[in-house]
Amino acid sequence: MGIGIRIENLRKVYDTPPPMAARGAGFSFTPVKSAPKKKLEVVALDDVSLEIGAGEVFGLLGPNGAGKSTTIGVLTTRTQPTSGRAFIGEFDIWKEQVKAKRLIGVVPQRPNLDFALTAREILVFHGAYFGQSAREREKRADDLLEKFKLTDRATHMVRTFSGGMMQRLSIARAMMHDPEVLFLDEPSAGLDPQTRLLLWDIIRDYNRLGKTIVLTTHYMDEADTLCERLAIIDHGRIISQGTPAELKATIPGGYLLRLRFDRAPEELMAELRKLPGVTEVRTADHIAADVYADRGGQLIGPIVNTANAAGIELCDVHIAEPSLETLFLHHTGRSLRD
Amino acid sequence: MNWKTFFALLSRDAHVARRNLLPMLLQNLLQPLLFTFVFGRVMTTSHMIPESYKSILLPGVMAISMVLAGVQAVAMPLIAEFQFTREIEDRLLAPIDIGWLAVEKVAIGMIQALFAGLVVIPAAWLLMGSGLKLDFGKPFEFAAVCLLVALFSSAGGLALGCSVGPTQIGLMFSLVLAPMMMFGCAYYPWSALSSFPILQIAVLINPLVYASEGLRGALAPVPGQMPMAAVLGALIGIDVLLLVLGLKKFHRKAVS
Repeated sequence: MGIGIRIENLRKVYDTPPPMAARGAGFSFTPVKSAPKKKLEVVALDDVSLEIGAGEVFGLLGPNGAGKSTTIGVLTTRTQPTSGRAFIGEFDIWKEQVKAKRLIGVVPQRPNLDFALTAREILVFHGAYFGQSAREREKRADDLLEKFKLTDRATHMVRTFSGGMMQRLSIARAMMHDPEVLFLDEPSAGLDPQTRLLLWDIIRDYNRLGKTIVLTTHYMDEADTLCERLAIIDHGRIISQGTPAELKATIPGGYLLRLRFDRAPEELMAELRKLPGVTEVRTADHIAADVYADRGGQLIGPIVNTANAAGIELCDVHIAEPSLETLFLHHTGRSLRD
Repeated sequence: MNWKTFFALLSRDAHVARRNLLPMLLQNLLQPLLFTFVFGRVMTTSHMIPESYKSILLPGVMAISMVLAGVQAVAMPLIAEFQFTREIEDRLLAPIDIGWLAVEKVAIGMIQALFAGLVVIPAAWLLMGSGLKLDFGKPFEFAAVCLLVALFSSAGGLALGCSVGPTQIGLMFSLVLAPMMMFGCAYYPWSALSSFPILQIAVLINPLVYASEGLRGALAPVPGQMPMAAVLGALIGIDVLLLVLGLKKFHRKAVS
């Protein structure tokens, strides 16, 4: 039996500088009280409501600073929401922290391994924090080290580990107490393609045991192949949610042609809108146009002709097939990596 | 309260402390013991300082060692663990209220402070040679002072560790710990300040004064000694204050 997650009208406003994505870099000590500073207010989450089903692989997709990590922070008891509630199973995360913490495992965006310990000790102590018996935690630690190909480095201090090894150990640690819900904050950031595939397999295997997986990513392919359902988040708001297929189906026309001219007057836009198969045309910066259409390459000829007729030169063309990337562009007007 | 988790956290810190035992001892004890040798042995043997100074010095050195050990045992790891790598996150996610993690840090700091204090007695005895007169006739007072001193040093370490960033460690030593040691009545009894009446009152805000006077009162009292009841009362007050402050700061640092 899996555990689901419910988020109701969650809002988070930071009045101190928001922590770096994985939370940290804190210098709270301000020895000099300088002139009254402008009150800082950063709205990280703005009325977010979500439901994540038990046993689901759920993805939070968005650019940097969209609110993904803050969402994970709230769901893992590490960030206090300004208002709203969130539940892991039946437990209110903020009010019943200890019960919620028993159910979750967390893989942070940047490895936060205990540098004072060896790889094996990290796992064994983690098991001990969760009340596992000595025999149980030794066995699980050895199994996980084996599974994540870290056995030969088990007795080394983790400060000597490479980034990929630290990431693997972070995931092993999160699985050590067999949590019902596994959170992964940008799990494949900085991993080589091979390790990334290994990670995907591990996530799928864990999900097969009936566990709920919540991951954040700004990789479209990761969201597309791994997640059963997605929420697209930007500026602290959920823009859209559904299965990857459902979301892609909402893009008008499906294809996106990004065009750049030497100038793009409104008359040209009007002409482009009349072309066959075009559903929507958006202009930007007086030189660029985003054309949503039900076809891709076949439209290039007519576009060039239309531009020529108006005495305008087409400088650049990019055709994007239906994808989450175009979906994101459609909703926010900017690319995921902006 | 989840004792299994609490003891697991404690055993993690004990494990790390054991691994760093030698550097830890050198860091906390070398300086006080060198001081002990120079002032308690060299200066007294050459009659520049009377031999009775040995018994005045030892409780003070013990107080300094305990305070340094307690403060550093809690503050230094916390500063490291709270910086951008957020090593402490793993333990903040352990199934226990996060306040208990702070309490656990205080407990391990107390153990290290007591250990440092107890190591100092035989070490200083050896370094000072003959002429040291200590009186262990008041074991309960001695134990009470030791515990209260250990608690204030590690609770102080908690408060400091949660308010100081890694770049300010040097500042913390020169601004907080150095004046505290010099005006902590460790190297001289409080009564010796009677010729400096303003200073004698001003140093009363320094918790180390009560540590030194308390240990001196329990082991080798001098005339004009601060009354034991006042020492114990002040130590209890400081303990509570620093503990409340430390827990508050810990919470603020741990949750965003």
